[in-house]
Order: sequence, then C-alpha cells, then structure tokens
Amino acid sequence: MAQVVKNPRDVSTAGKVGIYIVLTLFSLFALFPIVQVFTISLRPSNQLFSTSLEIIPDGATVQNYVSIFTKHPFLKWIFNSLLVSLAVTLVSVGMASTAGYAFSRYKFIGRDSGMILLIATQMFPVTMLLLPLFIMLIKLGIYDSYSGLIVAYTATALPFCIWQMKGFYDTIPRSLEEAARIDGCTELQTFWKVIFPLAQPALVITALFSFMTAWSEYLVAAVLIQDPSLFTLPMGLKAFQSDLEVAWGLYSASAIVVSIPVVFLFVALSRYLVSGLTLGSVKE
Amino acid sequence: MQPAIATPKPTVQNAPTPAVSAAPRKKEQANLVPYLYAAPSLIVMAAIVLYPFLYNIVVSFSNMNLDHFREWNIKGLNNYINVITDAKFFWLLLKTILWTIINVFFHVVIGVFLAILLNKNIKGKNIFRVILILPWAVPQYITALNWRGLFNYEYGSVNLILSNIGIPPVQWLSSEWGTFSACLIANIWLGFPFMMVVALGGLQSIPDALYEAADIDGASWYDKLVNITIPLLKPVMIPAITLGTIWTFNNFNVVWLVSNGGEPSDQTHILVSWVYKVGLNYFRIGYAAAFSMIVFGILLAFGWNFIKKTKATQSIY
Repeated sequence: MAQVVKNPRDVSTAGKVGIYIVLTLFSLFALFPIVQVFTISLRPSNQLFSTSLEIIPDGATVQNYVSIFTKHPFLKWIFNSLLVSLAVTLVSVGMASTAGYAFSRYKFIGRDSGMILLIATQMFPVTMLLLPLFIMLIKLGIYDSYSGLIVAYTATALPFCIWQMKGFYDTIPRSLEEAARIDGCTELQTFWKVIFPLAQPALVITALFSFMTAWSEYLVAAVLIQDPSLFTLPMGLKAFQSDLEVAWGLYSASAIVVSIPVVFLFVALSRYLVSGLTLGSVKE
Repeated sequence: MQPAIATPKPTVQNAPTPAVSAAPRKKEQANLVPYLYAAPSLIVMAAIVLYPFLYNIVVSFSNMNLDHFREWNIKGLNNYINVITDAKFFWLLLKTILWTIINVFFHVVIGVFLAILLNKNIKGKNIFRVILILPWAVPQYITALNWRGLFNYEYGSVNLILSNIGIPPVQWLSSEWGTFSACLIANIWLGFPFMMVVALGGLQSIPDALYEAADIDGASWYDKLVNITIPLLKPVMIPAITLGTIWTFNNFNVVWLVSNGGEPSDQTHILVSWVYKVGLNYFRIGYAAAFSMIVFGILLAFGWNFIKKTKATQSIY
C-alpha cells in the first residue's frame, strides 16, 4: 500500500461504509426536529396529541396551512415582517456600502477605534442596549412603532455588514481608482461610478444578511412592540406556541412556511458567510 | 444576531494593504470624505449603540425601578455591590461557564469531525453537507420553540423515542437540570453546522501533498490528524471558537425560549437570561443595568485576552 501514492482523500470500501453510517446518523439528528414540525403541521386538529412517530400522520391534512392564512392574521404578520425587513435591508446596505469604503480606503482619526468598537458590540449582553433603548423609546414616545424596530435592527446588522463590505473593497485593486482620478473623476464620482458597481456581489450578500437578521428576530421585537396589529412573524409564532394546547398545528404550519425561503437563501449563502473566517480559502 | 461573523477581512492573496498606499496623496488637505462616507453609520451606531451604552452606565449607578421610573437618583455603587455579593450571581456565572464550555466543546468536536468526513472522496457528500447545515439555516427562535415541543413530557418525540427503545421518559422541562440539558441539546444541535462549515473551508486549503508525504512515511491516521490536520486547522478555527464562545455565553434565545423564560420557577437561567428577566420583567432597572455591565466586563476581559493572544483580528488593520 505504501508503494503507490494514493489520493489522500480516497477511502477504502470499509471506510466508506463507516463514513456513510456516521453521516447518516448525524443527518437524522439534524433532520429530526425539522421533520417533526412538518409532521405536526399535517396532523388534523383532533390528533395533535398523538403519540405516534409516523412522519406522515394518519389522516394528514393541510387544514393548518389553510387556516393560518384564512382564520389568523398570518398574512398581516408576513406583511409587517416584510416591511420591517426590507426597510432594514435598504438602510443597512446603504450605510454599510459607504462606511465599508471609508474603512477600506482611508486613514482617518477614529478609524481603528471604530473597527474595535464594532467588535465590542458583539460582546454586549442583550440587555445592555435593550434596556436603555426600551426606556429611551418610551420617553421619546416612539415605543410600539416600526421606526424603533427598524433602527434597532439596523444597528444589529451594521457591524457585520460594514465588515463584509470593507473586506470586499480591500480586494478591489487601487489602480482602478487611480485611473478614474486621472480620467478626471472626482473622489465621489470614483466611488459611485467605478467602485460601487463592482461591489455588487458583496452588496447582494450584505442585503440578504440584513434581511435575514430582521426576518428572524424575536427578542427586540418582543420588547419594543406590544400592539398585536404590529406583530412581526416571530411574535405571531410565539403567540401560537405559548398556546400549545390549541395551536400546536398552527404554529408548526407557520414555522414551515416562514423557514422555507430563508433556509434556501441560507444554504446557498453559507459559504460566503464564513468566507471571512477562512481567509478566502473556501473553494469548490 | 445569529450568523453574523465578525471576521477578519476575506482577502485574496495579493490584496492591496488597506489605507496605506492611498494615504500620502490624500494627506495634503484635511480630508473630510471618509467622514462623509462613514457618517450615516456612525450616527446610527452612536444613537443606538453608544448612547444607550452610556445611558446604561448612568442607570447602573441609580435606583431606577418601577417605583422610581421618572424620579430616579444616583445611588453610587449600590447596585454593583448588590450584584457581586449575591450568591446567585456566582451560581449563574458558574452555570454560564459550564453552559459555554459544554456547548463550544461539542460544536467544535462534532463540526470538525463531520468536516473531516465530508472532505473525503465519497459520493453524495453535497447532499449530506446541505442536510447538515439545516440546523443553522432555520431561524433560531423557531428552532428553540420546536425543541421545547419535542421535550414535552407526554407528547414530545424525545420521550416517545426513548420509551420505544426501552428507556423511561424523562421529566425534561420540570426540573432545573432537566431543562438545562434540554437547552444544551437544542443548542448543540443548533451550533455544530457553523463550526463544520468553517472547518470544511479550512480543510480544503490544506495541500494534499502533506498527506501524501505522510502516507509515504507510513504515518497512521492518528499521526496525520495530530500532526497535519489539527495544527493547520488552528488558524481558521481559533477566530471561530472565539466568536462561538462569545455568542454562546450571550445566547439568550435558546435558554429563554426552551425554558419559557426560566421555568421551572426561574431555576433555568444563564447570566444573560436572568438579567433580562430582572430588567424587563421585574423592572429592577438599575440593578439589571449594573448586572449587564458586569457581564460585559467579563466578556470584554475574555475577548480582549483571546484576541491579543491569538491575533484573531490582526488583519483588520
């Protein structure tokens, strides 16, 4: 065996069997809670508390899916969540694309401390900002409104977005800007007409990331919003869930509907989301 | 903020060093342009992060609570003294450390292990990769709420499966350590894919030639693991572990939602969920603010040391 240099990634047949068994076990572990929710979402309401472990339950029905849309304000929650998430996406992409450029290309007073401050925000316990924010919003009278929520989410998403954009700008050669300047562009034109269009791939990732941050957030919403007509999806789902006796099926159906789009986006993006950590070494 | 990764820049090999070559030309006039670009973000961060942070510091020295919401006054170090003389604080600190260590340990071990398997030449590994990422992809609050249902004593699948293989059902959600274990299982489920994806990226950058040379020398798989794989994964894993530790220490969602706000009777808490309860449910605001400062202090000390030692963020400069 030692004479022939074999590809180190090849494995013996016995090894392959072992690998498949282990991977299958972990895949079952990964899928189990998700499949379970799917099963419950298909149960008819008289069988919610079944002790069966079948994946497709007896008398499977889409009744829960129909009723979240027809008898419950699920559409309203989707609308609210979309509104907030899109606003957050727009605002944070706009801000991060310019701030990332400043951090990437210029040396200015406060630059280094700015980058450190962005790291420090990751260490704040949730209450650190939520508590003062809660008091401030009450005193300012914008408690229970979307503006508070949008600003809070933007601040949550911004540090990562700025990093992402800065990292991308760092990979664009400076000679492009120099050429543009020689051709008579002003500094602002150089950014807006030359660099910004090139940054599109990073903009897409930043946008999707900020969208998902807002789409999946429960805690801040739970503190800042009380009025049920302003509920976002996570709050609506939590309301179903706390009433498990009657609404387990409804909760499960909503969870499936809410998760599908983000799960697709996420699986497609996961490589890029960690690309920073692996220093560009993630390749196909 | 779940998948946010505070990372060093994703640089390509020959990326220009930032802010060096542009500096001389732009130094001549005091340049306002970078401030212009950064201003919107700085304003938002100042309003939503810096101002509340400072406000939190002020409040932490005050007696603000439900009775003194509008007329509060500064009371000095009272709150801080109350926090650190409370045995509950140390108990929770211990529990949070335990929570963090167990979680991060399993995240890294499972993640790296699966990544090594997925890095072999086997058919269908992309399908496995996608399935194994799913726990990270589902919104965290949904995951947590799902697991609470799964741990239900009578109807939850966890107990149903246990009784099918002959193990008596466990009272997961009605005892302190039962709920703690339930939160742990949920969070381990949730956290290993992140480490797996990071490790997979790292593994792919290790040159095959190293393993080929080791094979020629007759090295065992264990030799290769200890002498090639682990040392070369380290630079990629260490920033990920730092972040993972910080996120887990501060992981409010899973503990809060699986235990439904600390049930039974506020026994299932880690530091962050307890501060939340004290501040936003019991409205002992001054006390909670001081408590937050202490938690932040602990993390900052840890993070600072770790970053300095491992130079995890050196590339941001």
